[in-house]
Amino acid sequence: MNLDQDLMWLGAGVGGVLVFASVVGAILAMRVKSEAGRATVANLNARTRAWWVMALVFATALAGGRMGVVVLFGLLSFLALREFVTLTPTRRGDHRALFWAFFVITPAQYYFVGTGWYGMSAIFIPVYAFLFLPVRAVLAGDCEHFLERTAKVQWALMACVYSLSYVPALMSLPIAGYEGKNAKLIVYLVVVVQMSDVLQYVWGKTLGRHKIAPLVSPSKTWAGFIGGVLSASALGAGLWWATPFSPWQSGAISLALTLAGFGGGLVMSAIKRDCGLKDFGALIEGHGGVMDRMDSLCFSAPVFFHVVRYFFT
Amino acid sequence: MDCARTGREGRVIKFLVIGFVRILTGVRARWAGAEPSARQRIYFANHTSNLDAVVIWAALPGMLRASTRPVAAQDYWTKGVTRPYLARHVFNAVLIERKNITVKNNPLTPMLAALDAGSSLIIFPEGGRMANGEPGVFKSGIFHLASKRPEVEFVPVWIDNVNRVLPKGEILPVPMLGSVTIGTPLTLAEGEAKDEFLARARAAVCQLGGITG
Repeated sequence: MNLDQDLMWLGAGVGGVLVFASVVGAILAMRVKSEAGRATVANLNARTRAWWVMALVFATALAGGRMGVVVLFGLLSFLALREFVTLTPTRRGDHRALFWAFFVITPAQYYFVGTGWYGMSAIFIPVYAFLFLPVRAVLAGDCEHFLERTAKVQWALMACVYSLSYVPALMSLPIAGYEGKNAKLIVYLVVVVQMSDVLQYVWGKTLGRHKIAPLVSPSKTWAGFIGGVLSASALGAGLWWATPFSPWQSGAISLALTLAGFGGGLVMSAIKRDCGLKDFGALIEGHGGVMDRMDSLCFSAPVFFHVVRYFFT
Repeated sequence: MDCARTGREGRVIKFLVIGFVRILTGVRARWAGAEPSARQRIYFANHTSNLDAVVIWAALPGMLRASTRPVAAQDYWTKGVTRPYLARHVFNAVLIERKNITVKNNPLTPMLAALDAGSSLIIFPEGGRMANGEPGVFKSGIFHLASKRPEVEFVPVWIDNVNRVLPKGEILPVPMLGSVTIGTPLTLAEGEAKDEFLARARAAVCQLGGITG
């Protein structure tokens, strides 16, 4: 890794925010007395602890360069797909198709991303995998709910593998005058999108009254949405120095990312409700499963990649 | 010399098998009625997949795993090269006859011998795998074990979703989150009839799985 000074500043910023969150959490834990308040603070502190771990894992992967990021997101896709397929009821006839999805299509997608073969990584899943999987499933001879089952497996791949693989794909975007610095784009994307989630949570918990979609997600409020999206976009604009964008461009891109991320969170919530569950899993303490943390990134990563690719390469 | 080699090899393979099961199923034991304990126990569970015994075995804490032996079908686990190796050196399985049972190869004999040697056991009282959901009727083996060794605790276990990892008739597994829920131990009551005990044991497993029946 080239020890880019901007990257160091980004890392220091993330570290600073985490130290701040840990201190605030410790103070709240001493102050709050009510039963419900204690539960909220305990969850908040569990989330902060998990954030430390996630930040360290992410930093380690970035230190490994393109390979490191490809391997990290490949593993995340595997875990997310495992959660997603567990939740969606599949039938015996889908078994072989699922085997292909896990052990052939997912590794192949990350191989294409790792070698920087854009022409293939952009179409491999939406064209070849999406045509192949129903063929493999139909050979099992079970026509019951066939369209539904096909849609489920395709959606699982789309959300958990294809969309997430756009994060490491950022490493191979050729941006004039920004060569060798693409790791910063990944940090920028992840920081803006995840901070948008965090800020929506903070604004929602402090000022939130009116729910946006009470039937889909009881925790999403108008105050959380507006406050979170605007403050995260402002944060994104303020990080322009780490990107190839101007401050205004950076703000506009961050706005698009936070809106896409918000949409992703809502869609994934609807899928969870549909399955009668609150979380995708229990792997990350306080957060739920991998997919509970990645839902917004799933929707914003492809948008980010294509916006940058269209306007800046 | 040779023994030490297979010992080390066995440990490495054991580690790999447990890792593989964790990657496939993400399984962790949920103790919902008993704490992990070194007491001699017989874990009895619903049976839906060939992976069941391995999954319970892998979900147990390392200390208990070393002294807990899955009970498995002789005809299945003696075929080929890999299965006998795994059964003997990795799972330390107690192999029992399930087809042509005679006085000589009574399946209870090796189980009682393993208990007398101090091991805990993992058994599947239904005898075979059930394709969907509800556990089948329990065979009488578990009652005979309970009446012959009344001091042993019988611990109900519910295995969920592992049949989707490896459905009957499939060779290649698919990753899928499963769970192993361990319930409250029960023992044979004084003078309890066979059918009563079998029904009670089955109900304990069903209850863990949220099935009333």
